[in-house]
Amino acid sequence: MDRLTEYLFPKQVSSFAHDIDNLFYFIFYASIVLFLIVVIGMVYLAIKYRFKKGDDIRLTSSLDHNNTLEAMFFIIPLILVMITFVWGIKSYLDMITVPDGAIEIQVKGQKWAWIYDYPEGQNTMNELVVPMDTPIKVILSSTDVLHSFYIPVMRAKMDVLPNRYNVMWFDANQPGEYPIFCTEYCGTSHSGMIGKLTVLPKKAYEIWLAEAGSADDDLPLEELGEKLYTKKACNTCHTLDGTALVGPSYLETSQMWGQERVLDNGSSVVVDENYIRSSMLEPQTQIVAGYQNVMPTYQGLLNDRELDALIAFLKTLKEDSQI
Amino acid sequence: MSGTNQNYLTHPKGIMSWLLTLDHKRIGLMYLFGGLFFFFIGGLLALGMRYALATPEADFVTNDQYNSMYTLHGAIMIFLFIIPAIPGALGNILLPLMLGAKDVAFPRLNLASFYLYTIGAIFFIYVMISGGVDTGWTFYTPYSTESHTNVMGTTMGVFIIGFSSILTGLNFIATVHKMRTPGLTWYKLPLFVWALYGTSLVQITATPVIAITMVLLMLERLLGIGIFDPALGGDPVLFQHFFWFYSHPAVYIMILPAFGIISEIIPVHSRKKVWGYKFIAYSTLSIAFIGFLVWGHHMFTSGQSVLSQIIFSFITYFVGIPTGVKIFSWMLTMYRGQVSFTPPMLYALSFLFLFTIGGLTGIFLGAVALDIHLHDTYFVVAHFHYVMQGGTIVAFLGGLHHWWPKSFGKMYNQTIANICAIGVFIGFNGTFFPQFLLGLRGMPRRYATYDALGSEELVAQYAATHGSSTFFSGILGLSIFIGVMNLLWSLRKSNKLDPGTNPWGALTMEWTHTTSPPHPHNFEEEPVLEHGPYDYDKVIVQPTLKK
Repeated sequence: MDRLTEYLFPKQVSSFAHDIDNLFYFIFYASIVLFLIVVIGMVYLAIKYRFKKGDDIRLTSSLDHNNTLEAMFFIIPLILVMITFVWGIKSYLDMITVPDGAIEIQVKGQKWAWIYDYPEGQNTMNELVVPMDTPIKVILSSTDVLHSFYIPVMRAKMDVLPNRYNVMWFDANQPGEYPIFCTEYCGTSHSGMIGKLTVLPKKAYEIWLAEAGSADDDLPLEELGEKLYTKKACNTCHTLDGTALVGPSYLETSQMWGQERVLDNGSSVVVDENYIRSSMLEPQTQIVAGYQNVMPTYQGLLNDRELDALIAFLKTLKEDSQI
Repeated sequence: MSGTNQNYLTHPKGIMSWLLTLDHKRIGLMYLFGGLFFFFIGGLLALGMRYALATPEADFVTNDQYNSMYTLHGAIMIFLFIIPAIPGALGNILLPLMLGAKDVAFPRLNLASFYLYTIGAIFFIYVMISGGVDTGWTFYTPYSTESHTNVMGTTMGVFIIGFSSILTGLNFIATVHKMRTPGLTWYKLPLFVWALYGTSLVQITATPVIAITMVLLMLERLLGIGIFDPALGGDPVLFQHFFWFYSHPAVYIMILPAFGIISEIIPVHSRKKVWGYKFIAYSTLSIAFIGFLVWGHHMFTSGQSVLSQIIFSFITYFVGIPTGVKIFSWMLTMYRGQVSFTPPMLYALSFLFLFTIGGLTGIFLGAVALDIHLHDTYFVVAHFHYVMQGGTIVAFLGGLHHWWPKSFGKMYNQTIANICAIGVFIGFNGTFFPQFLLGLRGMPRRYATYDALGSEELVAQYAATHGSSTFFSGILGLSIFIGVMNLLWSLRKSNKLDPGTNPWGALTMEWTHTTSPPHPHNFEEEPVLEHGPYDYDKVIVQPTLKK
């Protein structure tokens, strides 16, 4: 069973994952029995009563019902599905009852990144860091369209809505890094809205929490910018190799440094530090011609040094490409 | 059967006699070829998607193109093929014949339905030409309120086709009530008629809801009236309730006619009285009714109340039970019969196998706790393809092969048809069974790419499974294509059957009381009922296949 589980499922990391997989196996084995009855019955009857060459066409049996048999077809599946129903609800109630002492983390979905706000004021993008063996309550909301927050190893999923909060919880019994998927279609880069769940032992989590926000102070600007490029999910929409995704490539912008760029309202703007800065903080105001107005603001998600770092990183791309 | 050579295909002649025909059989054929055309388009889109998913990267189409492809694949297959195909095509051709009637109750309304379908189809073609639509066939708000693609054209198309569906349903209900030949009581009706009747009830009661929902969505986009978009003061979950209030019953609009076809094919090709006639008939009606009360099981992760979750899960299982008993009834119909492995029968057996998997995997999804994990993953994709394609489309192909000689007076190459039926079976399982595994392992649906999941191992695992699914989708596509070509090739002039032909030795009225192809007015005189539709214990009709 363990090897089958390893093959069929992602790891069981939450405390309720095991129970849900067992529910799967109950339905699975019951279904196999019912399925075999149908298929073996069908093949047996079709072959046993097949019309052979040379057979006479004759009147066949008038038998067309059997009350005992039909009652069994009704009652046995009914019992099985009622067990399934009760089990499904019982496990579900466990999944939605948040234990006391849970850490509350705000999760915001936006096109196309996840933003996490921790209780002590830290925030991260895409990477959610949680301690082991501690219930985590996530409060979900969206800034634009519907999303759905799905952590396969937890067997947990909840839709993320723009007009109300949804809640789900999980706990992690082993450290590691696991993917987080968006499972409600949300536009062009829906399949790029991938988060990462990092589970740390409690001590390591305390250390991470204390350092979060200050850890990168000593990095040079370009290196910090390179790090932020993936950490703040810029890479979901902007490439470094010149191909255009949802937004223009950083390389292209870098190569246009000092030149004029045409906007969708027909005006143009010189690509410089101020242009990049306003593109991050007020992206709706200057849309490059040929692209859509989809970028959310990074106001509050990047401090001044981080803005400087991303600008510095972007500027280096031009030089790198010339070598 | 008769001395005259008149049949509905050649009498009267001329293009206008087709475009303005009031003959249910001709209208049915026009639906058939319209449906097959969109089946082809939807199939090409599906193969394109499978090709794109064979590799994790976006190297075949861009994300936007992929999103448009999956949306159009779903919308075209559902609204332009599966929903109209069986009632519109086979139902139109067969219902009056099975009732011993001259035509449906309202022939002009019938033609109007077909033209509404055509107008809706034109909207879809316009959407395809104008760059597509990317909301998914579910049109979830607020994405559909703000998408820059052609949402208006698509919703307008759905709105118009909805009326075609309502009018057909209305027409069929009136026909079944009022047009039966004397002596044809309810319990002597072929089960296909019961199935069409149940379907029609759902069509006229559920379809108005989707029509209204589409209008509200259009008003929101056009005039900014806040109904579903929270930015305007609306509620997106309300849209989901409206949408699934139609779209879950729509599942039964799609599958009930397929049940009807299977209930015809198996007794005829087993030459055996159908098992549990009354049960099959009543379960059709009860499924149609209960189908209205389970829409919330599409919304288990939407944040609806715990009480709703419990009630919707509970009722969902009650749709499953009558369906399960039907499967046993079809299986037991073969008991003490004379089973022939003809193309329609192979499709019917294939249906039993595939639909059973489709039904059983629904039980996994009905259990709330497990659905949380599987919701919006490939497990769901595999499940509904086993029901919609493995169920409805396989039954449709079986029905097409069963009634082809009746509709055209031509017989196709049965060996090729058998090979194609087996090819469809293998290709289908090879395509969709791996998708259950993908879903269990967490692969979300509607992903254009899967190259950046943060784990190389996971990407490789998904890619291997997607790869085999894509390989078999080629076999599936090819088998269906050759199968349909085989049918069309039989239409050549030199290939003719005796008008009295009854190749399967069937007992229903469309075979015993009229020619193949039928007379323009169906029957030369009012048919007199001599036996029930499945009285293989009382009557022998020799199968005839004379050139």
